[in-house]
Amino acid sequence: MPKFVFLWTDLVLWLVVAASVAYVVHVRGNPNLRATWRHVLHDAPAMSAAVVLGVFIVIALLDSVHLRPRLAAVDSAAPDAAVAYATRTVSPLDLLLRHAVDAREKTYSPPLAYWSFQRENTVVDGRDVRVQPRLAFGGAHLQDAESEWIPDLLQRSALGTIGGLVAAALLMAAVAALRARRVGQHWRASLAAMLRSRATVDTEVPWRAMIVTATLVLVFIGWLAAIWPAYHPFGTDRTGNDVLFQALKSIRTAVVIGTLATIATLPLAIVLGVLAGYFKGWVDDLIQYLYTVLSAIPPILLVAAFVLLINVYIDRHAESFATGVERAELRLFLLCLILGITGWATLCRLLRAETLKVAELEYVQAAHAFGVSHWGIMRRHVLPNVMHLVLIVAVLDFSALVLYEAVLSYVGVGVDPNSASFGSMINLARSEMSRDPAVWWNLATAFTFMLALVLAANLFADAVREAFDPRARAFRPRRLRLKEAV
Amino acid sequence: MLNYILRRCGYAVLILIGVNLLTFTLFFAVNSPDNIARLNIGAKRVSQDAIEKWKAERGYDKPLWFNAKAAGADKLRQTIFWDRSLKLFTLNFGTSDSGRDIAHEIATRIPASLALAGPMLLLTLFSGIAFSLLLVFFRASYLDFWGTVVCVVMMSISSLFYIIIAQWFFGKTLKLVPLSGFAPGLDLLKFLALPVIVGIVFQLGAEARLFRAMLLEEASKDYVRTARSKGLAEPAVLFGHVLRNAWLPILTHVGALLPYAFLGSIVFESFFGIPGLGTYVVEAIVAQDFAIVHTMVFLGSLLYILAYLATDIAYTFVDPRVRLA
Repeated sequence: MPKFVFLWTDLVLWLVVAASVAYVVHVRGNPNLRATWRHVLHDAPAMSAAVVLGVFIVIALLDSVHLRPRLAAVDSAAPDAAVAYATRTVSPLDLLLRHAVDAREKTYSPPLAYWSFQRENTVVDGRDVRVQPRLAFGGAHLQDAESEWIPDLLQRSALGTIGGLVAAALLMAAVAALRARRVGQHWRASLAAMLRSRATVDTEVPWRAMIVTATLVLVFIGWLAAIWPAYHPFGTDRTGNDVLFQALKSIRTAVVIGTLATIATLPLAIVLGVLAGYFKGWVDDLIQYLYTVLSAIPPILLVAAFVLLINVYIDRHAESFATGVERAELRLFLLCLILGITGWATLCRLLRAETLKVAELEYVQAAHAFGVSHWGIMRRHVLPNVMHLVLIVAVLDFSALVLYEAVLSYVGVGVDPNSASFGSMINLARSEMSRDPAVWWNLATAFTFMLALVLAANLFADAVREAFDPRARAFRPRRLRLKEAV
Repeated sequence: MLNYILRRCGYAVLILIGVNLLTFTLFFAVNSPDNIARLNIGAKRVSQDAIEKWKAERGYDKPLWFNAKAAGADKLRQTIFWDRSLKLFTLNFGTSDSGRDIAHEIATRIPASLALAGPMLLLTLFSGIAFSLLLVFFRASYLDFWGTVVCVVMMSISSLFYIIIAQWFFGKTLKLVPLSGFAPGLDLLKFLALPVIVGIVFQLGAEARLFRAMLLEEASKDYVRTARSKGLAEPAVLFGHVLRNAWLPILTHVGALLPYAFLGSIVFESFFGIPGLGTYVVEAIVAQDFAIVHTMVFLGSLLYILAYLATDIAYTFVDPRVRLA
């Protein structure tokens, strides 16, 4: 048995997963919420985004279990010797992609290349020449690299694409069969209906958009599965590490920051916002004063001040961390807390305003008349009626925080320099782009993955906002249908 | 009106005191004056004497909050908090931990910051409104749909990408503009062109989408339908009715942007090597120079409060119905 390492970030992330599952169960039992969420389920861009987000979240969760593998016992060791564990902490994702971790080159190499970016001096036919040497792993299986390289790539791409398409077809058939059972159709009729269903049909989940997205994702994964064992699909970085692997590791950092930092804002924002709006008077004044002070300070400076604080703390307690990963994770966790402590003002302001409105409604007055306690009114009558704001702000904040992390890393107050993140990838890319010829693949990979994640999050957030805030539905760009126009 | 402004100013002082208390506590929770001294003297082994001397020179030898040794009001006045925080209210910024005059530094850096932030804010606003007006004019058409899609994609891209790619393409490959730096006079245009353009493009997506929502909200009101039904042309409706009434929410948004336009172009300034306040702040954070960061936090909050006050006063000009009391 390997030794499991329990990290705060992992723990909270899995708690979030558990809470989301509980929320889904809650929604299923609540007709109002179910009707609201149906708007999201019927929104084609949102559901396509959800497919992409789902892949990202699976990767992040695979990377969120940490363990130290048991080392093989030495032959000469005494039978009762203590079990030794590796000093490196790894996650299931690391184990799954072990070949990419092991396939280390010396330095930069372009995507899919079999040659190194840096020229080296060698002697050919008694003369000194500068050549780009072959890579240790990328394309190492090729005998005659120059003539075999392109055909090999094409063959692998074709195989990977076919594999991806087959997987997509299987998935589609499985979903069609499941749907057929629920609707009571023959599975072929069900499949035809799914392929026909468009976003404009408001009564059904936009299967076609989801299928197209899932097919694209699966083809990409299939292509990677065929290419990755033999090449570096997105090249290698300065120390020869696989760029794609770095990007996959960065996903977890982004997801952790996006979710944890949002969740860290919630307790303060909800408690203070509802209290201020409900009690009014001096409580309101005090809380307003608090968040005005907080939002008056330029956010980057406030975060920087807090981050310096934890840096000093971590330096003083350097000996209490068994591995580098534990230290980096504590920093990440504290960074999320800081973003929470510094970022609750916006949501608090919104909640206060909404509570002011809700607290004047008849049912709250009725509750007063029945002698329900303040606590009871706030919990049972006010809070459920302002929760939609919390949800809207939380999903909107996710993408903003992912983008913010990159800026913070640039200023030097972001995540631990040792942990992979999009911010540190971009930071390195800055000097790489000024080389000649430019090393562009690091930037391009970070760009692609970050855009996919943030765009998916934005599209999903838009749908959630539209569902919970009917006013926002008017702003949706769509062609007027005849019925609406008349 | 005067009454209102006076009341707001009183509240502003209260908020600034809160900001000062918070930053002061934060910084001295991190660093004891001894640590600051050690950091700034910089030598490897620093004798206690040298630390004491450094602290005495910069007034860090006093207690933090309360001086029990002094007499009367000096109990509060002979403290670091009084020296470093409350003196800021008289705009007496003192010297930085490395011994420079902060007020002088700020004064020499403000023009560079303004030269970048001013055009950027105005042009961003202009292009955002222009683009959103275009989308609203062609609303519920393919142009509107794809324009909004482009906006969402644009706001999903980190500002750092825009900067790095623009520097690489326009600066390094095409050699149209210098990569970074700053020069007074006409050369300024060359140095500022790229950061300003990148600044506009990077904010366009989010701004245009926001303005589009504001304009559409206004366009769905009854008086707009009345204007159309009495036969006004669409441009007249859009510019004469919708835009004029949408100024109020747009103005609120600009008020919220003002302090960031001044301080918040931190990333832009340090990427493009513009010696403004943003680079000053980044350098101070890296060097852990408390005096500078504290001063900049104070100035930033002051700007924030002034911007909101200015927004409220501007309401009365845009909408005569608004009365401040």
